[in-house]
Amino acid sequence: MKHETRRRVGFALASLTGLAALLIVLMLAVILLDVVGGGAGHVTWQFLSQPPSDGMMGGGIFPALYGTAALTLLMTLAVMPVGVLTAIYLHEYAPPDSRMARWVRVAIVNLAGVPSIVFGLFGLGFFIHFVGGGLDRLLSHEELYWAQPGILWASLTLAVLTLPVVIISTEEALRAVPLDHRTASLALGATQSQTLARVVLPGALPGILTGAVLAISRGAGEVAPILFTGAAYFLPDLPSSLNSQFMHLGYHTYVLATQSPDVEATRPLLYATVLVLLMLTFALNLVAVIIRARTRRKAANAH
Amino acid sequence: MDRQSVMEQGLVETMAAPQLSPAARRRQLREKAIAGFVTLMAFTGIAALVLIIVFIAKEALGLFLDAHAREEASLSKMFLPQVTRAGRPASFVWQPVSSVPKVSMIPLFIGTLKTTLVSMLVAVPVGVAAALYAAEFAPRRLREIIKPVIELLAGIPSVVLGFFALMVLASFLRGDSAFDSRHTAGVAGLSMALAFLQFLSRLGPQRLRERLRPLSGLLAGLLAVALGTLVLMLLASGVPHVFSFTHRLNAVVAGLALALAIVPVIFTVSEDALTAVPWSYREASLALGATPWETAWKVVLPAAAPGILAACVLGFGRAIGETMIVLMASGNAAIVSANLGESVRTLSATIAAEMGEVVVGSPHYSLLFFIGVELFVFTFTLNLIASVWTKKVLKRLTGGAA
Amino acid sequence: MKQLLASFLVVFLLALPGAAQAGSVTLKGSDTMVILGQRWAEEFMKKNADTKLQVTGGGSGTGISALINGTTDICMSSRPMKEAEREKLRSRSKTPGTEIAVAKDGVTFYLHEKNPLSSLTLEQLKGIYLGDLTNWKEVGGPDAPIIVYSRENSSGTYVFVKDNLLGGEDYSSRAQTLPGTAAVVNAISKEKNGIGYGGAAYAKGIKELKIKAGSEEIAPSTDNIKSGKYPLSRDLYFYLRTPPTGEAKAFIDFVLSPDGQQIVTKVGYFPVK
Repeated sequence: MKHETRRRVGFALASLTGLAALLIVLMLAVILLDVVGGGAGHVTWQFLSQPPSDGMMGGGIFPALYGTAALTLLMTLAVMPVGVLTAIYLHEYAPPDSRMARWVRVAIVNLAGVPSIVFGLFGLGFFIHFVGGGLDRLLSHEELYWAQPGILWASLTLAVLTLPVVIISTEEALRAVPLDHRTASLALGATQSQTLARVVLPGALPGILTGAVLAISRGAGEVAPILFTGAAYFLPDLPSSLNSQFMHLGYHTYVLATQSPDVEATRPLLYATVLVLLMLTFALNLVAVIIRARTRRKAANAH
Repeated sequence: MDRQSVMEQGLVETMAAPQLSPAARRRQLREKAIAGFVTLMAFTGIAALVLIIVFIAKEALGLFLDAHAREEASLSKMFLPQVTRAGRPASFVWQPVSSVPKVSMIPLFIGTLKTTLVSMLVAVPVGVAAALYAAEFAPRRLREIIKPVIELLAGIPSVVLGFFALMVLASFLRGDSAFDSRHTAGVAGLSMALAFLQFLSRLGPQRLRERLRPLSGLLAGLLAVALGTLVLMLLASGVPHVFSFTHRLNAVVAGLALALAIVPVIFTVSEDALTAVPWSYREASLALGATPWETAWKVVLPAAAPGILAACVLGFGRAIGETMIVLMASGNAAIVSANLGESVRTLSATIAAEMGEVVVGSPHYSLLFFIGVELFVFTFTLNLIASVWTKKVLKRLTGGAA
Repeated sequence: MKQLLASFLVVFLLALPGAAQAGSVTLKGSDTMVILGQRWAEEFMKKNADTKLQVTGGGSGTGISALINGTTDICMSSRPMKEAEREKLRSRSKTPGTEIAVAKDGVTFYLHEKNPLSSLTLEQLKGIYLGDLTNWKEVGGPDAPIIVYSRENSSGTYVFVKDNLLGGEDYSSRAQTLPGTAAVVNAISKEKNGIGYGGAAYAKGIKELKIKAGSEEIAPSTDNIKSGKYPLSRDLYFYLRTPPTGEAKAFIDFVLSPDGQQIVTKVGYFPVK
């Protein structure tokens, strides 16, 4: 084949791959179009601040927003210390050929691959029955108090689910801090923990924040782990104690889409809920992407 | 004193270990404590994984320990065909809530396989091709837009994808399109406006050209997206002649939505593998006279092959474990057939749908946990394979120097 | 700074461990009854502001399990409890449980509006749902496959139809299981050749099937269901572990009162008396 023909054929095939990329972007656009088109008109301030009424055919989603916020807050409180410290161990403390470090990494990669429904089972079997049951026995509760679905167990389950995300983001952030900063600090007489606390961690803060934001985004969107660890469809009250059930944006979407009493009447509410959920996760992801891009540029310049 | 003894004294002094002040000793102890604490925290990662498998297996153990459960749900009942109705041939049936529980796992395996197969058939070519484009052919600015956009797709919660499949995809593939003439007109109008702006930026008056020049890339992209959407909408009316599904919610609908979920994974990991291939490979190939496409297809892609395979394996694992999409879009009927247009019931959706109604400790409860164990084992094995392959890529590309 | 705010919130949350528990009643169970339960709860809470009622669906089976597990106060069920379940309840909570009928319902079979058929016999329905009859022409309709919709096995309606129509036999494995009656209605409205079932209150946008018995066609109308003439009439129940006391009793009294029963009719079911 002549070179010119080969080039033309090659260009055509390369364009096909470009079409593949376009297709992916297109699907995103279609989903956004559909959700925005169906829900934009209904996301009003009342919608965001009122509880549902009329058997889910009216009112708003405030309890779901509150429940999602409370859930992700508790989850972040649980996952950040553990995740950041694990990443610090892996990057700052572990000797280069440490077996423990290798095992921790293997465990994290595998944890990231566990299906979300299996986390739900874990939450049920470990947190609710084992830990909750044990707590009830310890505090001699007559009726089930801790050994039932509640916001505490759901948030701990989600914390385990998002642990890999936090660890990986934090490690990336730690890597972005130039080695020189550490060596300079140590040369000036600081101990390793002082170096960490006053030099490395402040420098790595944006990356750590990325991890938190990504974890929150997962927490707001994952439904399978909270299906039987605490999410509920219709609650008259906001969750007020650690063993209350809670409403949740993602769970609300699922129930409205599959079990609503009148599909046509709840359709606007459903679309509006999905729109709010999508906007929330997009905003969070966008923040994370921006911070991560800046961190990557810093890392590239530093090494 | 002679010189010798003075020197020896000096040497002896410097050889003795330096004395720590109490403050320094305290500091050292504190450092050790902190290091120990951090190491302990790191242990939780391993602990979490171990606890998961231990506690899920523990609840599933009831299947093997409890006599009643053993009778109801023995391994042979789970995997071998059973006679379910008198006078009919033995078959695989999943019907655990019944006077005679039928607990065959086969329909669930087949259901999971069907949806995963459909999703891989769509996501692998599209994802790898898109990664190839991003890594080899796309201009740098475009690549920096494509990557975050696809990561945005990765951030869509699976419940939203399931919702999309249930409300839009199912109707679209059936021919009752969710888009009406208003939508089509709107997008057509938008496309025309964008095309006009693009025209102006190239062939319009000088002043306007200067203003629009920096935006021309963005305009071109938006135009492509708008036109593509328009094409999809117009196709919607032609679709029923191509597909005729038995059921409205079936393996294809669920599989396509699953593809949406795993394409970002396959894209990201494949793109990483492709960009990890050293530049020297490309330069050598081009120097020998290959075209950019031939370089990409015959040199770079094979070099990154293990990484791309690892990406596919990761996507496969994700597809197997995905719950919400299949729960909402697959029809949830435990049908055993090769027809992709029929409903399916997957392992993960079964757990999600039935866990709410089981009594704690009953055979059905243990059975659902057993399914969880199966899912865990599958995804664990797949992850292991993927990580082994990724290590091979690194070794091969860095020439074993890593 | 963020940590400080967060720790305040945690302390705040921990400081009210049992506060909300007092004066709250949970209802869980039948998806058939969940709108009814919500309406009752809304009306009752309007008059009694200090009692909080939590209503969740999930299916009668879910509600009964929750009652046995101890995670709900009142179980809503669209079918009577089975002996095995009563046994479990007795062994777990040392009481036989209390059953209260709160409304009547007629399980209706739905067809697409354009389906030419208007009635079927019980035998034909049984054949369809067992998977023996697979084409509409076998029951007098057009030549098209019958697309069968059913409920998940946690549904009381599922169990009721199984016991009373199928004689305890299993549904056809080709029946698509949907998580709620509304999903069934939605599916039928989009599927010309579909058939499904659910509570009478949900039938909107689709055709209700009449049951043919002999030469008569019995429709799921108010009179036919109240009199029991419609063959698939059933009671809707509340189950509790012990006879109701306190807030639960006040709520159930409201449910059985003329006001409560009026809500039953408004939602589309039939009063128990």
